[in-house]
Amino acid sequence: MSSDLVAGRLPGAAAPWLSAARRQSLARFGWAMVSIGLFAGLWELAWLTGVADAKLLPPPHIFLGNIPDQARYFNTATRWQIGVNPADGPSPYEAVLVTIGATAGRVFAGLGIAAVLSVSVGVLIRYFGLLEKLVLPTITLLSPVSPIAWLPVAIFIFGIGNKPAIFMVVVALFFHMVLSTISQIDNVNRNFIHVARTMGASKRQVYARVIIPAILPQLLIVLRLNLFGAWMVVLVAESTGVGFGLGQVIMLARNTFNPSLVFFTIALIGLLGFLSDWVLRQLQKRILYWVPETAGVLRGL
Amino acid sequence: MASDTYAAWSSQDAVVCRGIGMTWAEGTPRAHEALRDIDLDIAPGEFVVLLGPSGCGKSTLLYLIAGLEKASRGRMWSFRDPVEAPSPDRSLIFQETSLFPWLTVWQNVSFGLSIRGAPVAERRAVAREALSRVGLVAAMDKRPDELSGGMRQRVAVARALAMRPKVLLMDEPFAALDVQTRAKMQDFLLDVRRDSGASVLFVTHHIDEAVALADRVVVFTARPGRIKTIVPIGLPRPRDPFSPECEALRRQLTAELRSEVDRAFAEQEALTSDQ
Repeated sequence: MSSDLVAGRLPGAAAPWLSAARRQSLARFGWAMVSIGLFAGLWELAWLTGVADAKLLPPPHIFLGNIPDQARYFNTATRWQIGVNPADGPSPYEAVLVTIGATAGRVFAGLGIAAVLSVSVGVLIRYFGLLEKLVLPTITLLSPVSPIAWLPVAIFIFGIGNKPAIFMVVVALFFHMVLSTISQIDNVNRNFIHVARTMGASKRQVYARVIIPAILPQLLIVLRLNLFGAWMVVLVAESTGVGFGLGQVIMLARNTFNPSLVFFTIALIGLLGFLSDWVLRQLQKRILYWVPETAGVLRGL
Repeated sequence: MASDTYAAWSSQDAVVCRGIGMTWAEGTPRAHEALRDIDLDIAPGEFVVLLGPSGCGKSTLLYLIAGLEKASRGRMWSFRDPVEAPSPDRSLIFQETSLFPWLTVWQNVSFGLSIRGAPVAERRAVAREALSRVGLVAAMDKRPDELSGGMRQRVAVARALAMRPKVLLMDEPFAALDVQTRAKMQDFLLDVRRDSGASVLFVTHHIDEAVALADRVVVFTARPGRIKTIVPIGLPRPRDPFSPECEALRRQLTAELRSEVDRAFAEQEALTSDQ
């Protein structure tokens, strides 16, 4: 068993009745559990030995121990409105799901809008020389601006609700996704373009039939990297008050000095980020059937 | 010069170059002259190899003939028509794989037809025909990354043939292949040329390859590339690479090339010491 561990295999992962692919994904899942378990274990140890104060850094068994109690704070009922019974509204568990759904919805809406918008703008900039001269300097100028700086603008324009949160996600991703689209267009294998041109392709056809499919793989990777950015920004946007959302729960936890709730929400966000990355990865495999998997390249080192 | 221009215009040759010169990034500090005073005629069905040291501009000449770049000086015709833009009559094949990885083999081969909006049935038929000429009909529905390097180059040749080109322009097409595969591909290319009747303009820096393939070998000088000499290879095919005639030709070409390679090296050294 210990030799299995040393060799980088999970004990028991070599079960013969499972297919190789299943075994591999099972092993990967196992290692993820070990990694998280190690982290949680160290934290618990710190609590046991008194290094981590349970009031400030409550270990996992405390903040995950009483989920119904935590879920009470995920309040999605509009009970502050006049004429609404405070006891009305969804149960705590439903409220958690509604909160998660609302935040995830904002993330994906923002991500989708940003992707479509920035790829279109990037392609148009490369397609029309005049547009590049007119637009690119401004985009380059705005791209280093922190999304936080856009927060007041979001509230000025859209007030409070879903729209400013989605706007924040879009604005956080848009500018550098435009720049990255342009740089990928410039890096398209020249020979692809030469071949298309010798076969009589027009400029429009070169873009539609060669350049866009050629940059798609890199674009999806950029989208995946920006997914985490979107999760980060959406919390900031939500903490200003959008009705409900995970950012709002964190804000509530901060204002009421509730570290357990903070860590519980962080755990939720981590899980959600991980799941949404997995979803995008599956999507990537479906769309980019021609791109080989390269994750194993360094394994032989 | 005027009468020369007229003669060139009336020529039925596959490619006619008169006074071709090329300077990249002309008018900028990075300007460098790649080609100077190239006069070259290629007959229909002729197999011409461009041989020269690396960076001597032989690939540049190919791109100019393909119509992908515009020459800085001089004029060029192909079957009486001035060369001004890319044309399906002149297909280009590259050293590295230029198959679109997102398309299947047959979709790659019929890409030019799909550009013209041909229906799927016609495209598949043309692709099948072109792939049968390179012996890869069985691989029709595969994706390029499922093929070996040699097979991919054969697909690239099939893609060029599907356009029924009159001139095949090949930029070191077999340089990335191992020696055995390359020898096979050379035989295959000669068969393709015989069947299609197209002229071939083939860039290489391998002397063996030049002697094995060419009707004429055009030897280039180091940068800026000029035609140093043209060596006709009158040997019948198939050629025995170990015959004394081939040996003598290799010796001759090696000698022609050596001084140019030395010059190219000296120039590169001078360039790097400048920086």
